[in-house]
This record gives sequence, C-alpha cells and structure tokens, in this order.
Amino acid sequence: MEQAQGQQHPISIYLWIWGLLFVLSTMSYLVDYFHLQGYLRWSLIIVFMLLKAGLIVAIFMHMAWERLALKFAILIPPLCLLVLIGLMVVEGDYIFLTRLAAFLK
Amino acid sequence: MSNLADSVDVPSGLRGVASDWSADKQAFPVPWGKVMMWIFLLSDTFIFTCFLTGYMNVRLSTTVPWPNPSEVFALRIGGQDIPLILIAIMTFILISSSGTMAMAVNFGYRRDRVKTTTLMLITAAFGATFVCMQAFEWTKLIMEGVRPWGNPLGAAQFGSSFFMITGFHGAHVTAGVIYLSVVARRVWQGDYERKGSYETVEIAGLYWHFVDLVWVFIFALFYLW
Repeated sequence: MEQAQGQQHPISIYLWIWGLLFVLSTMSYLVDYFHLQGYLRWSLIIVFMLLKAGLIVAIFMHMAWERLALKFAILIPPLCLLVLIGLMVVEGDYIFLTRLAAFLK
Repeated sequence: MSNLADSVDVPSGLRGVASDWSADKQAFPVPWGKVMMWIFLLSDTFIFTCFLTGYMNVRLSTTVPWPNPSEVFALRIGGQDIPLILIAIMTFILISSSGTMAMAVNFGYRRDRVKTTTLMLITAAFGATFVCMQAFEWTKLIMEGVRPWGNPLGAAQFGSSFFMITGFHGAHVTAGVIYLSVVARRVWQGDYERKGSYETVEIAGLYWHFVDLVWVFIFALFYLW
C-alpha cells in the first residue's frame, strides 16, 4: 500500500496541477486586468480562488489520498469559521449603517 | 510502525471513520509528525481566517472609500502603468515554488537525494525571491505615505489590514525558507537515508503548500476584491 512508503504518484500529475494553477491564476489576474465589476467580478474571484485552494490541498498536500478520518479531522473544523464570517458580515453592515446615521447627516 | 492500511478487511467510507475512531488503536495511519503538522496548519487556518475576517469587517464598515488595490499596486514599466503586476508575479513565483516542492517530496520517496535537495533549494530560493519582492512592495507603499494608522489614498483601515495580513504571511514564508533549507541540508547529508524514511520532506512540504494556500486567499480577497 502507498502509506507504507509514503505518497508515491507519477510526476506528471504534479506538472498538470502546476499548469492548471498557472492558468487559474492568469484568469483571476485577467478579471482585474479587464476591470470586470460587480457580482461577475466577485463570483469569478471566489470560483478561481476555491478551485486553486482545492487543487493545492487535494493534490499537492495529498489530501485526496488520505483516509476519510484524517480528511474529516482537518477539513470539517474550519467550517465553523463560516459562522464567524457570517456574523462579521452582519456586524460590519450594521456598523456601516450606524456610521451613516450618526456621522453623515 | 503499525499500519492500518496494510490489513485486509479495513472498512472504508463512513464505516471506516467510525472504526478508525472507535477501535482501540492508532486513529490516523500516518506518521505522527504528519498529523501534528496538519493540526498546526489547522490552527494557522483559524489565525489567517480571523485576519481576513477582520479585514472584511473594517472594509464593510468604513464610510471612507477603500483605495483601489489595482492602482495602488500598479507598476510603471516602460512608461506604462500595469495594474497589479508585481502581485501577479509574486503569485506565479509562489505557485512555482509549490510545484518544485511537490516534486521534491516525490523524489524524496524515490530516494533520489540529489534531486530532492536541488528541488528543495530551488523552492527555498523562490520563497526568498517572494520575500524580497514583498519588501520592495512594503518600501514602495511606506514611501507613498501608507501607515498602519492612515494613508493618503483613502480609508485608514487599508494600511493596518495590509501590513498585518501580508506581514504575517511574509513571516510564514521567511520561516518556511529557513525550515526548507534545514531539511534540504539533512537530505543532502543522508540523514533520512539512514532513518529509512523521507516523511520529514513531505511534512515540510505540507507547511510550504499551506503558505501558498494562504496566499491564494490573500491574493483573491485583498488584492483582487
């Protein structure tokens, strides 16, 4: 089994992912270069970011070949950060509106 | 080393999760150093997410316009302003360093000492280049009057977010360069040959890929947004 000697995969897979990461980075740079705005810009940025992050974690960090127990232990805890992000979005908006109401009359 | 994955009738999928956690044995069938590195990276994920969430919060709540990163980080090359070009180059450098690191890990497990050492040193060199470019970027912004407490470009929170987030990331890259150099030296001296395992190279690789991973988020959320 692969675990006995550690992770062994053909070199070509790393070169492929490397190339893909280059392409994705170029595309996210082009989002800025062509001055895309609004929801199109934000959704493209998020999509390219998540694709790159997924490729790095799955292939370069070998998470795709680990046992499910280790995947769960590492990948599930960060999900509670979504709660923090959600709360801070609400809070940030609230402060913004408060500042508008209090200082910009 | 006890190896769970070697035994024949190990359940996989959800049933595998239950049996891995509940049976009276080692939960993760990987070297302990690797589990520890993953747990460290998990905690680092929380730190960087807190920074990025803090940045999101101050950017949402400020009533002063946020400086446009595309213009702030533009460089004048050949009499033409190219938006965000320095950051794009830094991104490609860091991705390339991740690629060479992944190959170093691969050659380590193939017991190719020369190639592993070379690729690790190339990775460290890419990392050092990245830090130098960051130092250049910091110098440029400081000369333009950007400070953690204010700047002439717009919202005051821009400076504090920028210096804190990129500063912490740069510190991680610097630590990684030192870490990789130390491990590369040990590979060269044959320490892992004698030990019979190159897992240390993979563990160092995990740290390095994580640094690249954090940059993916900073690039998207701070520079492109």
